[in-house]
Order: sequence, then C-alpha cells, then structure tokens
Amino acid sequence: MDWAYFLQQLINGLTLGAIYGLIAIGYTMVYGIIGMINFAHGEIYMLGAFHSLITFLICQAAGISGILPLTLLLMLFVSMVLTSIYGWGVERVAYRPLRGSFRLAALISAIGMSIFLQNFVQISQGARVKPMQPLVEGGITLMESANFDVQLSYMQIVIIVLTFVLMVVFSLLIAKTSLGRAQRACEQDRTMAGLLGVNVDRTISTTFVMGAALASVAGMMVTLYYGVIDFYIGFLAGVKAFTAAVLGGIGSLPGAMLGGLLIGLIEAFWSGYLTIEYKDVATFGILVLVLIFRPWGLLGKPEVEKV
Amino acid sequence: MSSAFASSRTNGSEIVKELAFFAVVALLMSVMILGVETVDRPTGLELAVRWDLVLLAIGSTVVGRLALIIRRESISRLVQAVLITITAVAVFEMFVRFRDMDDRWASPVSFDMALSSAVSSVVALAFIAIVFAIAYFSMKEKGVVEVEESEKLSSKIQLAYRSNTKKIGLVGIIFFIIFPFIFGENRSAIDLATLVMIYIMLGWGLNIVVGLAGLLDLGYVAFYAVGAYSYALLSQNFDLSFWLCLPLAGIFAASFGIILGFPVLRLRGDYLAIVTLGFGEIIRVVLINWYDLTGGPDGISSIERPSFFGLADFSRRVPEGTIGFNELFGMEYSSMHRLIFLYYLILALALVTNFVTMRLRKLPIGRAWEALREDEIACRSLGINPTNTKLSAFAIGAMFGGFAGAFFATRQGFISPESFTFLESAVILAIVVLGGMGSQIGVVLAAIVMIGFPEMFRELAEYRMLIFGAGIVAIMLWRPRGLLSFRDPTILLNMSQKEKVAGELK
Repeated sequence: MDWAYFLQQLINGLTLGAIYGLIAIGYTMVYGIIGMINFAHGEIYMLGAFHSLITFLICQAAGISGILPLTLLLMLFVSMVLTSIYGWGVERVAYRPLRGSFRLAALISAIGMSIFLQNFVQISQGARVKPMQPLVEGGITLMESANFDVQLSYMQIVIIVLTFVLMVVFSLLIAKTSLGRAQRACEQDRTMAGLLGVNVDRTISTTFVMGAALASVAGMMVTLYYGVIDFYIGFLAGVKAFTAAVLGGIGSLPGAMLGGLLIGLIEAFWSGYLTIEYKDVATFGILVLVLIFRPWGLLGKPEVEKV
Repeated sequence: MSSAFASSRTNGSEIVKELAFFAVVALLMSVMILGVETVDRPTGLELAVRWDLVLLAIGSTVVGRLALIIRRESISRLVQAVLITITAVAVFEMFVRFRDMDDRWASPVSFDMALSSAVSSVVALAFIAIVFAIAYFSMKEKGVVEVEESEKLSSKIQLAYRSNTKKIGLVGIIFFIIFPFIFGENRSAIDLATLVMIYIMLGWGLNIVVGLAGLLDLGYVAFYAVGAYSYALLSQNFDLSFWLCLPLAGIFAASFGIILGFPVLRLRGDYLAIVTLGFGEIIRVVLINWYDLTGGPDGISSIERPSFFGLADFSRRVPEGTIGFNELFGMEYSSMHRLIFLYYLILALALVTNFVTMRLRKLPIGRAWEALREDEIACRSLGINPTNTKLSAFAIGAMFGGFAGAFFATRQGFISPESFTFLESAVILAIVVLGGMGSQIGVVLAAIVMIGFPEMFRELAEYRMLIFGAGIVAIMLWRPRGLLSFRDPTILLNMSQKEKVAGELK
C-alpha cells in the first residue's frame, strides 16, 4: 500500500469534510430547534460562494486585491453578513408563517424557496460556471516518495484552521452565552421557553442567521479551494451536508462536524481508490446504512416516542 | 395622521421605522447579487453595475411591506388590492429591466453607466414615492369584517365541494373525455393535456404513499425512471411490445419499491424523506454511469411507439403484416391520431389509478394506511403490522409510477437521466401537497395549476422556474393544507357523536 497516496487522500478528505461540516451545522441547529429540514440551506451556501466571489471582484476593481489578508478578511466578513441576511429572510418569509402548521407544509415551502433562490441566482448572475483565480497559492511538501509527493497546500491549512476556529467560537457561543442558553431552551420546549421570557421568534431567527453565516464561510472556502462555482452547487452540497448531520446525530453540534469529516473522508477515499463516478452513491449508501442501523446517528441520543 | 391609525396599536413613526428596516434588509440582500453582475471576459470575470435593480428591489419590498401593514392594520380591501397590484407591477418591471440589460452587460464598470443607472433609478424612486403617497393618504379603518366574510366564503366553497365531490369528479371526467373533440386539431393543446395528465397520474400514484399512508417520499421519480427504463430496455433488447411491457414496468417498479422500502420504512417521516431523496439520486447516478446498459447521459432514443392494442399501427408507412389505424377505421391518415390515442391512453391509465385508489381506500388495507397516518402507535397496539402496511402503500404507489414511466418513454420516444432529476420529485410532491393531501380532485387542480399554467407561459422562459418556486411558497403560505384541504380519514367517529363527547368534556 502506498502510504503517500493514502496520506494525500486523508488531507483532501479532511479539507472537504471541514466544508461539509460547516454546512451541516446549519442543518443540525435548525432541525434541533424547530424540527424541520431547511431544504434551502444548500442554496444559502451557494449564495455565500457568490457573495465572496463578487466581493473579491470588487476588491480587484478597487485595486486592493494585492493585499491578500485584507481581501480575504473582507470576503469573509461581507459574505457572512450578506448571506446571513438571506438566511434570516428565508426563515421570515417562508418558514415563520408556517411554524404552527403541519410539518409537510414547511418542507414544501422550503423546496419552493430552494428552487426560487437557485433560479434567482441563475438569472441575475448567469448560468455559466464562474471561474476564480487562486488567491492562496503554494504549499508544503510533507513527504516525498518514489512516484508521489504529498502536498499540503496553504489553502487547505487555511480551511482546516478556519473551520476549527469557527467551531470553537460557535461551541462557546452555544455553551456560554445567554443566546446559546435561549437556543438550548427553545430546543427542549419552545412553549415553556416562551413562557419563561425567551423571545422564541428572535432565537429561531438567530439560529438561521448563525447557520447561514457558517454556510457562507463554507461557500467562500469552496470558491477559493476549487476556483469554480455555479448556481447549482447548493443542491448536492446541501444533501451531502444533511447526510453528514444525520450521520453525526441530528441536533448535535460536534456530531455535525464529525459527520462532515467522515463524509469528506469517505468521498475522498472512494474517489481515490475506487470509482470517482460513484462517489455520490457511496455517500448516500452510508446515509441509508446509518439510518437503518443507528437512526439517531453517531453522537445523537435515541428519541423515545411518546403517546 | 394619528386619526388614521386610531384603531390600531401601531403609530406612524413605528410604521416608518418598520419600512426603513425592511428597506435596509432589501438593500443588503440585493446589493451584490442583483446590483453587481459578473461578466465573462477572455481575461477573466469583470463587473457591471445595475443600481436600478437594487432600487427596484428595495422599492417593491417597501411597497409589499406597506401592503402587509395595511392588511394587518385592517384597511379597506380596495386599497389592499391596488397596492398588491402595484407591487406586482414593480416586480414585473424589475424583470423587464433584467431583460433589457444585455447590451449594458457588455461593458465593464464606468461612471457613465453608474450615472445612467442613477437617472433611471430616479424615475423608479418617483414611482415608488407616488405609491407611498397613495397608500399613506388612503388608509382607513375598515376591513376586519370583510376578512371574516372571505373566510366564511372559502369554508362555504369547501362545504359545497365536499358534498358534491362525486358530481365534480364526474364533470371532470366527462370534460377530459371530450377534450380532444373540442381541441381535436390543436396539437399543442393535446400535448399539454397529455403532459398534465401524466402529472395527474403521478400525483395520484404518490397520493397513495403521501396522502393516504402519510409517508413522505422525496424520490418518487426513481420509480418513474425505473418504469421508463424498463420499457425502453425491454422493447429494445427483447423486442417486446408496449402492451406486454406496461404491466412488466409496473411490476419492476413495484419490486423496486419493495426492495428500497423494506430497509427504510421503519424510519420516521423526515429521515424517510431524505433516504428516498438519496435513492432517487442514486438511481440517477447509476443511470448516468452505467453506460453499457442505459446509454449513460445520451439516454435511449427511438423507443418503439405503442400500436393500437396490437391491431393496427399509427405510422404513415406501416410495417409488413400490419395495417394502419386509418385503414382499420377507413379514415384519412392524420398524425393527430397517435397523439389523441396517447392522450386517451394516459387518461385511461390515470383513471385506473384513481379507481384503484378509491377502492383501496374502502378495503381493510386502505383503512390501515389512513389509520397509520393518523397514529402509528395506536395502530401497533391494535395489531396492524406497520412495516408491511407501509410497504404495500409504497409498492402500489411505485407501481403506478412505473406505469406512468412506461407511458412517458413511449410518448417521448427518447429518455435520458435528465428527465428524472430531483426537481421532478419535488414537482410531483408539490402537486400532492398543494392539492390537499389525500384529495384526488385536489391533485387534478394542482396539476393543472403547476404544470398547465407554467407551460402556457413558456415565453417567460428563464423566469418560469423562478416564478414556479415563488408560487409554491406563496400557495403554501396562503393555504398550508392545500387548495382543497380534504384529508379526513374515510371513516370517522360520527360528527354529532364527537361534538357530544366534546360538549361533555367541557
């Protein structure tokens, strides 16, 4: 067995997994708090990618793209802010009025929203694939073997470090702040939380905003990492991220991250050692297996059905 | 000013604040995606601005919000209607501008352009200001009663619908049967009606799964694909006729349903949805990549057309040993014959689906489906095997999907994985849910609204799907339980009894 090749796939898989994990957090938080699958979340991630691309182009037009850290920070900040407003807006328009209604209504509304956002971006930005020049170039050669050099690019380091930092920040936010406490309260019992003075509407909105902000970071990283985006990237990434959330145990934040990493690794190793065409089948196959044998996921708790 | 809002709790400055807030939100949402266009150039991407679109987005948001405020503050309905129309006009205007932008996209950012953009924005602003003024001065305290009246009206319509379901159904069937006589020579009308009918059939098939058994299936298109490909492959490889393949396609799809359903039907609603979605995608990926069998992305072409029950053929030059349809009936040859035959074929298939569903509802298995939908735990305690019951619903629904798929293949003569994307599943599910889950006539209504209307507005081209998505959201917000919300179980505890019990409990 070629260890160099294995190591390279491991690095690629972790990078991909970090991106899936960031999107999965949005699914898991929303599912935890209102029990619905936010089908438009993949589209939010796509919007994040577009926002960061356009921010970069504006920086370029303004002539500050030479200062790399500033450009990256601007891209991060602008796309997080603007995309989270989309997250907020989607909840406000399509989900909030249906919160008391039966469950399918919200799901259908989410599917409609997803179709809408996809076509909105397709019309306003064009259907063609948007190329993006590599901003962070170069890398470290970790290992040199006879026929294969293991590369860890700076971009991959940025992705993994940024994901780690965001994870720590968000875990602290949920665990330590009053906002996080309100979120956990709403997750357990919305009516009771409302009676005890938690502003339920605002808490749910914040959840959507946080999820969208993380998804937009994932979108920005994909733009930088792969260098191409189009209006359709949200669907598959969304489904895979949801798979990751379920795999890790829906409702659990570390679970989403773990699930994301696992899905990324499975995809990387499957494409590296088996067939690249069937990598999506592998992902969905895993999802089915998990749901059959451990529907509550790796880190989730089994749900007790009550009468 | 204060008198205008005397009846409500919101005062003028609060409304202005609210409007300003939404204006800012609209600005932030549109400033990049709408305001900046990325232009493909040989040297890379370049930017072009279109601030007028941003202003229009802000304007229509503000006007729309104002309309909502007016509705909330119960102002006369006339004003409401006018405002909503104006919002629609503003949105429409936005689309028109979208279209006229082609020549401007060609040039990169410049101050001239930003300026011309600004001039047209002033016009847009003036327009919005006028709307604002009209809305502001015409606010009156009225309307609460009217809203109640409209609700009464809608419940009246529902009552009328419920007591006349059979009559409405009969009229509908008669209409669809005589449809080709009315539009006999109009090729596009027949084509459209056939398309709508395919979706009605798919909707009815999915209705068994979603409406009756309460299982959320997001991958229904997989069975449709199985049906279509099994007909296409059987007919091409074994030279079997359509009439032989039709039941086979149904059987294949049903077995697929059982194979897929067996491991996953123990899952709860949302998980089931995602797994079925995953299966739908798996089937598509397999169809694309299994090149030797399915022809990959190229699909399968020149699929055999159906004959007239094996008796006669519809082509102009009939093969040796058979006679033409026109000869059989002593008519002139017309290419419409085949289309009309196909229309009647799908109509018959759809009616069979409907008939079977209606009968199944009255059988113990149908009762068990409905009971399972209402309360799974109660069913288990009464000795109903949930897995088998769900599996039967899944398999029967899949079978009808397979029939529809075989028909689709023979009608198109060409199939490729492109026809079986997630969007199709979403559309079929939307038809079922928009129609009102479990309602057979609702499905017909929803299919006409969802498939018929967008097809008629083909000129809107790329905006079609945009409006389609927004339409789904809008209908869901307007009527969360569907256009005809009729999903009571077939048998219920007698209503008067129920009320009595409720009265005693009070």
